Amino acid sequence: MTATAPPRSAPEAGPSDGKSVGRGRLRPRVPDRLRRVGVPYLMLFPALILELLIHLVPMIVGIVISFKGLTQFFIRDWGSAPWTGLDNYRMAVKFNQPVGEALLHSFWVTVLFTLLSVGFSWLIGTAAAILMQDAFRGRAVLRAIFLVPYALPVYAAVITWAFMFQQDTGLVNHVLHDQLHVTSNKPFWLIGDNSFWALVIVSVWKSWPFAFLCLMAGLQNIPRELYEAAAMDGAGIWQQIRKITLPSLRPVNQVLVLVLFLWTFNDFNTPFVLFGNSAPHSADLISIHIYQSSFITWNFGSGSAMSVLLLLFLLVVTAFYLLFTRKRDVDA
Amino acid sequence: MPRIPVQPSPMASPKSFLWTRRIFLTLLLLFVLTPVYVMLSSSLKKLQDVQGSFQWLPNGITFRPYVDIWKTVPLGHYFMNSLIVSVSATLFSVIIAIFAAYGVSRYRFPGRQFFTVTVLSTQMFPGILFLLPLFLIFVNIGNSTGIQLYGSRLGLIITYLTFSLPFSIWMLVGYFDSIPRDLDEAAKVDGCGPFGALFRVVVPAAIPGIVAVCVYAFMTAWGEVLFASVMTNDSTRTLAVGLRGYASQNDVYWNQVMAASLVVSVPVVAGFLLLQRYLVAGLTAGAVK
Repeated sequence: MTATAPPRSAPEAGPSDGKSVGRGRLRPRVPDRLRRVGVPYLMLFPALILELLIHLVPMIVGIVISFKGLTQFFIRDWGSAPWTGLDNYRMAVKFNQPVGEALLHSFWVTVLFTLLSVGFSWLIGTAAAILMQDAFRGRAVLRAIFLVPYALPVYAAVITWAFMFQQDTGLVNHVLHDQLHVTSNKPFWLIGDNSFWALVIVSVWKSWPFAFLCLMAGLQNIPRELYEAAAMDGAGIWQQIRKITLPSLRPVNQVLVLVLFLWTFNDFNTPFVLFGNSAPHSADLISIHIYQSSFITWNFGSGSAMSVLLLLFLLVVTAFYLLFTRKRDVDA
Repeated sequence: MPRIPVQPSPMASPKSFLWTRRIFLTLLLLFVLTPVYVMLSSSLKKLQDVQGSFQWLPNGITFRPYVDIWKTVPLGHYFMNSLIVSVSATLFSVIIAIFAAYGVSRYRFPGRQFFTVTVLSTQMFPGILFLLPLFLIFVNIGNSTGIQLYGSRLGLIITYLTFSLPFSIWMLVGYFDSIPRDLDEAAKVDGCGPFGALFRVVVPAAIPGIVAVCVYAFMTAWGEVLFASVMTNDSTRTLAVGLRGYASQNDVYWNQVMAASLVVSVPVVAGFLLLQRYLVAGLTAGAVK
């Protein structure tokens, strides 16, 4: 990376000692090749074990549980829960029955929410990064301020939004009703249909700085000469943005959009802090939905089946996304 | 920050661009700062002032909420829990990430690509997917071995450190890659083993990257809500859950909620803003290759 100043180090600190040489001689002679092969694995070992223990094993357990009728009676000894085959899955995808219908509804809400949130976050992030590419007074301060939503702990930020969205004491209704007189009465924001929009706004507020951060980093890699050459050819600034900046950001965007998509689709924190344990129907995101199906009703089997379906969906989307963006890379 | 920005465009920016910039950035600034302002101003209001219609300017300023927050809920206790959990998770996560990143950066071995992809992809899985099984596994480990992971800080520390691990490894690999290999080769010639080279040469040279990873890992642990809400009990509750204590009463003490939110945000936001250039640099090294 050219943009990061290569950290200087002190090579003179190296040859300080003869004693490590001596220690080397005393070591039992493991064949050199074996040692060399073993070292990287030894270094990865702790990371690998922990990821396996906390992510992979639970995931496999989760898949197993999704085939079981695991309710609160079996928490102490989940192995003894009866096998139920595909029952949990069947129940989850029977879309004309209450459970399946609710899941499908929640799925569509999440899809719409994700599209809106990722779309706006990306747009704002891109616009801000491009507009702040050139130096101007106050740029550094502005950039620091823009990163504040990213730095704030989720619960502190979202609880503040919850306060702003209060029906009688919140800022939003004060501005809309008391000051601008847009609405004839004070609408509810955290229950009913409006809650979906409240959720989108909070989510955009929270995620766009990450897009901004990544895109700013990406912009620094565009060679200055490109712009100079374009300017010589008479391209105006808007044309430069369209012809040089946006195409150059493609590799960053490819990763960024995927990451934003996955984070937003799986987002639990925002709705959980904004609405508490029971999300309103119109903002019933999938994570919250599964959480409630599992921990409120203590039906882990069915909750796990829904999680597995969610994972499958995300895997398929990710695979298609990568395939599609790769193919366009090759075509281009 | 990496590169000091560029002289003005070779072509002077036209008026339309300047005005777009001014208007857009001003609106964005308002959007970003409004909640921060609400947090700050409401935390200085009296209770009756936050119970009526919202007011932009406080009627009178009081610091009472900042005194009361510690009494309404055991905030100090939650604060300590969050601090212990986050600091431990950060420490372990960074040490483990340093080893793993060094392995990936400096060695070519079978499974290297596989390791990178696997570890990174765990980042993408829905937390809810392994929350339930992890909960059950922790409960069962507790029942069969007596090691209490469920409801304990230890369980939370282990969980959180795996959350920041993938991204930390990724950022550090980028950073280590930018440190010339000759340096550790030289150290090895001088008789350092691979670990000697790592700690005497590479780690000192990568301090900015390591600082960035520390900030990231700490923020991750400090802000996590989902696992904290399931895996903790009264004595191990962290801020993420504890803050809801003000809201679960019949009366919501919004001024105290805002004061508490501000208090729990200050350490991370201050740390982040102080060290953000390292974080951006680290992100750049890892992400934009």
